Amino acid sequence: MSELDDLYQEVILDHNKSPRNFRAIAGANRRADGYNPLCGDQVTVFLQVEDGVIKDISFQGSGCAISKASASMMTTELKGKPESAAHELFENVHHMLTGEPGSEDGGERVGKLAILSGVCKFPARVKCASLAWHTMESALKGEQQAVKTE
Amino acid sequence: MKAVSQKSAEIAVPAKFDVARVRQDFPILSQKVHGKPLVYFDNGATSQKPLCVIEAIDHYYRAENSNIHRGVHHLSERATAAYETARGKLRGFINARSDQEIIFVRGTTEAINLVAQSYGRAFLRAGDEIIVSAMEHHSNIVPWQMLCEQTGAKLRVIPINHDGEIVMEEFDRLLNDRTKFVSVTHVSNALGTVVPVKQIVGLAHARGVPVLLDGAQAVPHLRIDVQDLDCDFYAFSGHKMFGPTGVGVLYGRAELLEKMPPYQGGGDMISLVTFEKTHYNVLPYKFEAGTPNIADGIALGTAVDYLRMLDWPAVAAHEDHLLRRATAALEQIPALRIIGTAKEKAGVLSFVFDHVHAHDVGTILDQEGVAVRAGHHCAMPVMQRFGVPATARASFAFYNTIEEIDVLVRAIERVLKVFG
Repeated sequence: MSELDDLYQEVILDHNKSPRNFRAIAGANRRADGYNPLCGDQVTVFLQVEDGVIKDISFQGSGCAISKASASMMTTELKGKPESAAHELFENVHHMLTGEPGSEDGGERVGKLAILSGVCKFPARVKCASLAWHTMESALKGEQQAVKTE
Repeated sequence: MKAVSQKSAEIAVPAKFDVARVRQDFPILSQKVHGKPLVYFDNGATSQKPLCVIEAIDHYYRAENSNIHRGVHHLSERATAAYETARGKLRGFINARSDQEIIFVRGTTEAINLVAQSYGRAFLRAGDEIIVSAMEHHSNIVPWQMLCEQTGAKLRVIPINHDGEIVMEEFDRLLNDRTKFVSVTHVSNALGTVVPVKQIVGLAHARGVPVLLDGAQAVPHLRIDVQDLDCDFYAFSGHKMFGPTGVGVLYGRAELLEKMPPYQGGGDMISLVTFEKTHYNVLPYKFEAGTPNIADGIALGTAVDYLRMLDWPAVAAHEDHLLRRATAALEQIPALRIIGTAKEKAGVLSFVFDHVHAHDVGTILDQEGVAVRAGHHCAMPVMQRFGVPATARASFAFYNTIEEIDVLVRAIERVLKVFG
């Protein structure tokens, strides 16, 4: 498989075309905006957290296939999970995206999200994949400032 | 009648431009990227450098490196002479009246900031108005916004139409007694529009309003004559006109520069310093505080030498051919929309797809060896005007070929294959 096929796998193209949980949550109790000034990607992540559990999570915004697919997969992965698991997954995904190309150690700790590992071979696209995750982390921490990746 | 029209058609045939020969002057162009021949279509971001420019930098550091305007020794005299010779070449390049009107700066951005802070803070007051257009690069928006915050002046914006052209009637309407400065681009970096700047200068001057032209995207494509344009300031960067990064020029009309206070204080911009009072140096040195970028300034002079060797009518015809061919080819691609369809354009082809983001386009083209810019091109208001988050932009230089346009088209077909 070429590096390009590795990046644009079917699953990623599918999430890009039909993003899951692509909506606002009215009255969400956690919410943050993320922005990549370099390319103009924008994302808003909404969370409904109750008793430390993510009852609902969604996103809206505009961006490339990688950023949209990453955000979409993030929402499906985190729905129903405890907050602590979200923090842990954030760290693991971050490690996978910024790690050495081809390193396998992140694979089992990120589950289905390993499909995004092709991104690390495209350094210019790492910020696209990580934007939604940084925004989610910021929303959970209740930070007011918009997240920026550049 | 028929014979006459045939004759004029013959005259219109462009002179042959030997692009293969010119490409040999640019060492970087012969490399491969991801196993494919490099197709460099990101000239709007920065152009490539001919060997003579690269060698001029090398030669300076090997043989002439010394500080200028301050040494009595041999090397300092040589470096000073080389630097001042470069200034003279740049004067000739844009047909300024005197070398005093050529101020070396880091680039277009610094040139505009210099005018905003020096001219603007000295002569603008609360309630005054500054006019820019809706297709400016951020570097011709933000310095004026900063000036507005400092002085209480107001920024007014000339709208553009759906083709990406300035609406001249709107400009005429915006001009009033409060207008104290006009700053517009000569060629739009995001859309490629060639702005009718002479007309803008004429309308502004009729009201006694000075005009700055951002020439960053114009100098690689058009021959500039600041006296003919009659502008008051002209700003451009060396690195977009086949010279080095880190050096550019602010042209200013001498009588305005004389009236303006210095931009930065330091060495070289003074004639006498005591703790009681400092006397500023004469033009252009008043605006050149500190040791300048000597090597790159000299090499920019070499870039001017190179450009002056080219047959410009042939270059213009070749570039026009590239743009027309690329435009015609991209118009045939379903789901592709060209952003920026002005009648007068130079060197830029911006495009979007309904279903594929510019970043994904950029990554896939890169895999085919094709370098384009994907993003907002430091012109976010332009993106907002056209309702797109970003565009992919192919920007051409005279060393690009018709065959490379074909590679671009095939690479775009691969984008559509991946995304359906």
